[in-house]
Amino acid sequence: MFDFHPQLKQRFAALRTGAEFFSVRYVREAGQYLSVRKNVAEPPSLSRDEGAMLTVRVNGVETYAATNDLSQQGLQTALDRAEQQARHLKPHALLDLRDQPVSSARADYLSPHLDQPFPSLSDCYQLLGAESAAVPKDERLVNWQVSIGITEVEQIYLNSAGAELRQAQRFVYPSLDVTAYDGHDSQTRTLGRENFGQQGGFDVISRCGLIGAGPKIAEQALQLLLAPNTPQGPRDLLLMPDQMMLQIHESIGHPLELDRILGDERNYAGTSFVKASDFGHLQYGSELLNVTFDPDIPEQLASYGHDDDGSAASKQFLIRQGRLIRPLGGALSQFRAGMDGVANSRACSWNRPPIDRMANLNIEPGDQPLEQLIGGIENGILMSTNRSWSIDDARNKFQFGCEWGQLIENGELKGVVKNPNYRAISAQFWKSLRAVGDVSTFKVLGTPNCGKGEPNQVIRVGHASPACVFSQVDVFGGDA
Amino acid sequence: MMTSTKQAAPFKALVTWLREALREPEQFTLSYAAESSAFVRFNHAKVRQAGQVQQASVGLKLINEGRHADLDITLSGDPSVDTQRLAEGLQQLRDTLPLLPPDPYLLLNYNGWQSQNVQDHPLPDTEHVVTQIAQAAEGLDLVGFYAAGPISRGFASSSGAFGWHQANSFNFDFSLFHANGQAVKASYAGHDWSDEGFAKRFAQAREQLEHLGRPLRTLPPGQYRAYLAPAALEEIIGMLCWGGFSAQSIASKSSPLQKLYGGDQSFSPLVSLDEKVSGSLSPAFSGEGYPRSDLGLIVAGKAGAQLVGSRSAAEYGLTANGAGGGESPSALNMAAGSLPDSEILRQLGTGLYISNLWYLNFSDQPAARLTGMTRFATFWVENGEIQAPVSTMRFDDSAYSLLGSQLEALTADRELLLSASTYSQRATASAWLPGALVSRLTLTL
Repeated sequence: MFDFHPQLKQRFAALRTGAEFFSVRYVREAGQYLSVRKNVAEPPSLSRDEGAMLTVRVNGVETYAATNDLSQQGLQTALDRAEQQARHLKPHALLDLRDQPVSSARADYLSPHLDQPFPSLSDCYQLLGAESAAVPKDERLVNWQVSIGITEVEQIYLNSAGAELRQAQRFVYPSLDVTAYDGHDSQTRTLGRENFGQQGGFDVISRCGLIGAGPKIAEQALQLLLAPNTPQGPRDLLLMPDQMMLQIHESIGHPLELDRILGDERNYAGTSFVKASDFGHLQYGSELLNVTFDPDIPEQLASYGHDDDGSAASKQFLIRQGRLIRPLGGALSQFRAGMDGVANSRACSWNRPPIDRMANLNIEPGDQPLEQLIGGIENGILMSTNRSWSIDDARNKFQFGCEWGQLIENGELKGVVKNPNYRAISAQFWKSLRAVGDVSTFKVLGTPNCGKGEPNQVIRVGHASPACVFSQVDVFGGDA
Repeated sequence: MMTSTKQAAPFKALVTWLREALREPEQFTLSYAAESSAFVRFNHAKVRQAGQVQQASVGLKLINEGRHADLDITLSGDPSVDTQRLAEGLQQLRDTLPLLPPDPYLLLNYNGWQSQNVQDHPLPDTEHVVTQIAQAAEGLDLVGFYAAGPISRGFASSSGAFGWHQANSFNFDFSLFHANGQAVKASYAGHDWSDEGFAKRFAQAREQLEHLGRPLRTLPPGQYRAYLAPAALEEIIGMLCWGGFSAQSIASKSSPLQKLYGGDQSFSPLVSLDEKVSGSLSPAFSGEGYPRSDLGLIVAGKAGAQLVGSRSAAEYGLTANGAGGGESPSALNMAAGSLPDSEILRQLGTGLYISNLWYLNFSDQPAARLTGMTRFATFWVENGEIQAPVSTMRFDDSAYSLLGSQLEALTADRELLLSASTYSQRATASAWLPGALVSRLTLTL
């Protein structure tokens, strides 16, 4: 672990520059994606990636140069390029960062169970093959796939103020999906996929429930095929954690990103219906809504000790009892806006610069078990497992779709319905939150696929949530 | 910046080494991707973030007696380090193959094809471009992103195939914001930066910005006539490309166009859509080593060819036609219609002029029913005249309606839209698209 650290430290110490501040962020990543589709093992897809980003600050202007050449000369060339560009761009720079504090932290961060080896490739294929074979034989089951993705990342951050931060993490993504088709319509049911990523080892696969899940997931796909469409109209809506994660992500996470509020993303990812002046005042949701930035749940996908600019991460309430308190803004955005934020300056790899990202963004549990949530609904619908997401560029008007719907009548779960969709407006939706599930409904989930930034970056984010009930939401089904 | 011959040399050296290192009956394919990019972000017409990225990687597939595995390796640019990395990668794959069963869907291309395409038109200095942009945007609220530099792609196999694709390009993707929060989106992209060309494109965007100063119109949900400009139509076509033309998706019933390919649905006879590789910006060969063909995907509203990768070809008994791993198009070319640009507003009459759509997804994928948002420069038009910008609205409609029963006309002029995507690497995808006049678009929120 951290094999390159001594060399990197030596080479960093030998770099020469006229910059007032400079840093290097080295990333090494090894990936493995294993899959069995319809009982046929697909060839493994493996990867090894390694590179470094040099950042300089010259007369208050920061620029970066990322390089795949990690030799002394390669790092020096990158540093020189960045320095030269910073000097050229001075007349056009938006920001003067001469007074922005820099990190001098020194620490290590490791994923849980990193010392335990992951099962061998043979063992993984055996597991995937067994789960694939467990999908029942039914001519309507036209496609199914079981997979495991494993990514191991080492990162070392050094800067001219003495910071020395090392992270070693392992991310695991188990997945199973089954598609049923009746000659007219098709329905897919999934477990995990891009919803259930965690840090850890084989324990992640156990927690996901992948083992032995084939028959149940296949049965649910067939149930959906036979189910009627979701009825149209306002109903109380019970969202399970694997849909809550998307709901949190799109209509709390993105609108609270401080760089969006400062306008950086207006050309691509968009802006926000939230204004900087709303923090400390805006009633974002009902009093049951408590939202945290929480880097401290060890298995959650975006738990870490320091962000990619070297800021120390700690749990912070962003929304407490429905009131908006704090944005998702890293050190740079905090400096620009003059506001407190969180340690969420993150980059997807060595070849992209850190920007404000969600990390672990969670809803704190309430006090009602699932039975009580259902029991409190007279005319409603349960929705589970996101499959479709669309929201405006200010993160306000949204429409989301799920795989699984189940009607609720007079406090009881009733029939399954297919194509469950709902639409609403963020600024109003969270105020309709009227019940929050307790810890027994709380699940730690996460996805590797959050896109943002120019140049574009796709990054890991964690979302943990209980099941939640919303009053009178506009729901509807599909055409088929 | 290296010359064209020098850019291919490191890849050729690795191929030579690999051919010598191979042990009978091993086979390999080796793909290559490299770029050197300048990236500059703008906010409030100033440089928000700037940098440079140099990256290169190979994708090695080792095959031995029906077993195979793939390994992507980042290169350093130092020949001795890269040879060492390739040697270690080869050993890793040699250790892996015995752990795998033979793959019944392995289909290799034994053709020793050769392909070379080098475009090394000089690019402008980044500082010059930044100065041009800053001057043009003075007094305006510009937000945008400039990406430029050389891109290289290569492929070689143990069967003697060798492909090299190299192109210099730039893409300035930008928005101009009015003080009321409304914005117009534009881009200036290609191989040959011209200060005059940029000034002309910028002036067009600036002219549209002036329309955005009128009081905002808020529309109730309902059905409206609409004109979808090429960039808006690209979003709809882009969604249909999410597995729409993929042979595996069609066979496994996850394609949004399964009803089209099943013969249960069709588009308007006006709709013809090709994957036209020849003359496009993307490589003429796939990452798995098949030359790419020009294909008619939708022909006069009916299903045409599918995009077939080697794995799908083996599994479904089809012929591989150079589709990449995801079997998605990357050189779209849609047939033009007959509506002159000068007639768009008059033919629209009263309805919506939509410049861009945003964040589309499926409401019902097997039915090709889509939802998404208007974004950037959407106008309310009455009697052929622009009246006011329209506040952001959600649509929810079937592609078979928008491009089928409700499609009135396609424009005679088309726009070349170059992808500004930079996820992992700068994209080479492009689309030639007309605008579309539709008699009914359903707005829901």
